[in-house]
Amino acid sequence: MTLGLLAQAGDGVAPIDTPGVAWSALSPILVLIGGAIVLLVVGALAPRRSRIGWHAMLTVAVAGGTIAAVVPLWDRVHDDGPYSAVASAVGVDGFSLFVTVVIAVAVAIAALLTDGYLRREGLEGPEPYVLMLLSAAGAVMMASANDLIVMFLGLEIMSIAVYVLAGLHLRRRRSGEAAVKYFVLGSFSSAFFLYGVALVYGATGSTNLVRIARFLAANTLADQGLLIAGFALLLVGFGFKVAAVPFHSWTPDVYQGSPSPIVAFMASGVKAGGFAGLLRVFVATFGTYRLDWQPVVYGIAVLSLVVGAVLAVVQTDVKRMLAYSSINHAGFILIGVQAATDEGVTAALFYLAAYTFMVAGAFGVVTVVGRRGDGHHHLDDYQGLARRQPLLALVFAIFLLAQAGVPLTSGFLAKFYVVEAAIEARSFWLALVAMVSAVVSAFLYLRIVLVMYAGAGDGADTDPAAGRPRLAVPAAAAIALVVAVAATIGIGLVPDPLTRTARDATPELVAASD
Amino acid sequence: MILAATPISASWYLGLSALLFTVGAVGLLVRRNPLVMFMCVELMLNAVNLTFVTFARELDDVGGQVVVFFVLVVAAAEVVIGLGIIVGILRRRPGATADDLSLLKG
Repeated sequence: MTLGLLAQAGDGVAPIDTPGVAWSALSPILVLIGGAIVLLVVGALAPRRSRIGWHAMLTVAVAGGTIAAVVPLWDRVHDDGPYSAVASAVGVDGFSLFVTVVIAVAVAIAALLTDGYLRREGLEGPEPYVLMLLSAAGAVMMASANDLIVMFLGLEIMSIAVYVLAGLHLRRRRSGEAAVKYFVLGSFSSAFFLYGVALVYGATGSTNLVRIARFLAANTLADQGLLIAGFALLLVGFGFKVAAVPFHSWTPDVYQGSPSPIVAFMASGVKAGGFAGLLRVFVATFGTYRLDWQPVVYGIAVLSLVVGAVLAVVQTDVKRMLAYSSINHAGFILIGVQAATDEGVTAALFYLAAYTFMVAGAFGVVTVVGRRGDGHHHLDDYQGLARRQPLLALVFAIFLLAQAGVPLTSGFLAKFYVVEAAIEARSFWLALVAMVSAVVSAFLYLRIVLVMYAGAGDGADTDPAAGRPRLAVPAAAAIALVVAVAATIGIGLVPDPLTRTARDATPELVAASD
Repeated sequence: MILAATPISASWYLGLSALLFTVGAVGLLVRRNPLVMFMCVELMLNAVNLTFVTFARELDDVGGQVVVFFVLVVAAAEVVIGLGIIVGILRRRPGATADDLSLLKG
């Protein structure tokens, strides 16, 4: 009878055209979300504490599965060119696939670090991994969105999961405080982003990036006010997510208060998602209006470079230092965005990939040094680390020097490429500011290295290591650190494969053929 | 009399939503109660919804109205998470305001 009623009701109404869903195009996102659900269900049935960290192992496997799902798509894009699916809402191009892999790598490293952390703090359970995978799915969605609304959904999925992760350590007040700050400022910025979407929709008549790009290329707007205001608001939203000055105020507090392995994910995966969205929307879609937004991004890049470098130097908490240095790095990546050329995008992608390993590794060491309670992050806690644990200190030194841009590490090439892109785009002053800020921030990294190696930097004669227990490096964290070090040095020595891949990965907006 | 004579055009709705958005943004910056700050975020999101609906009517495009549903769902998800985080803080320190959250600084 119900069926009969439905049939009657359906008679007079034309059937709604629903787009075909190309599941294969969505497979990386599906793997991440499916993995998260499986992990949640299995985690609820199995005992929470186990000697083998299978939660982390499963998370790494899901990340590996995501990368495996990318491979056939990459081949297809390479052979047949980029395409888009689900009524042009999701784009599959080299760019989105490249960023997907970067995010998957960030998840894998962060999961390995999280395992040891959760055991140390007595917080075992699958939830952190589930949230991390969901957040990564949101970030991937941002990277592949061909529609501003899909991008907004990706942004929210990514952010909401990370708000919870920031407050993961329930018993620590700092963790809760970080979560509140991140949540309030994050949702504040999301609202700005959404208002930007609304204004761009009003000005162009669509939220679809392909249609917006076509509209902007074909028409000259009599009144650009609405569109420019939309640009500005979108830029505020993205600026918050990628932690660019002047939207950076949350970064030091949240990085300091959140659990260290989560910060490793925030600084790598979340940032990659934010930059992917920024590149996709501004460089690929609003490219025709680049003269309007380039100066603003230029200014934000300069501010991020300078403020990040200078404020990092005056910190005494290592996590805050690294937070400010991540703002400085965001400035570097913005140089690539500002160039708005293919070289700029390639440089930004290379930077994101290299930075993921450097920053995840650096926060990995911070996780280990933080000890039980995750509270030992003062510069003094690193005194004489080289004498107590030479290997750990060496690993940290490599990450720090790579971030400073020392040759033979990935950091050098990353900085080189963005500056090169800036010079090719004739932004000489920006390139100059970037290099000066690199020198200033090198001081900061060397300061930490000196403290580790020289021990008593302030002239104390006593052995600072005395009375401190040896730091235990969990096996999973050790694997993550080794992988990150190998990648940081490997990319520095043999950059060609990554450079070529990044060159193939420019964002292209293609309308769906169906 | 003047009001009655003026036709209500789309720009009135856009102006109203801009005003609501500003009220929300300013409220978030000046209020110290975490719950009120949170309500301000919701106000901002709903102001954007009004903008979307207005544009959808202006452009005669159903897409803008569909967006509103997405935003509502996102706002609901944010409520769940946000209240969870805020209650987690308030349970430990009843009556905490934004000024009390000052462990992290430097």
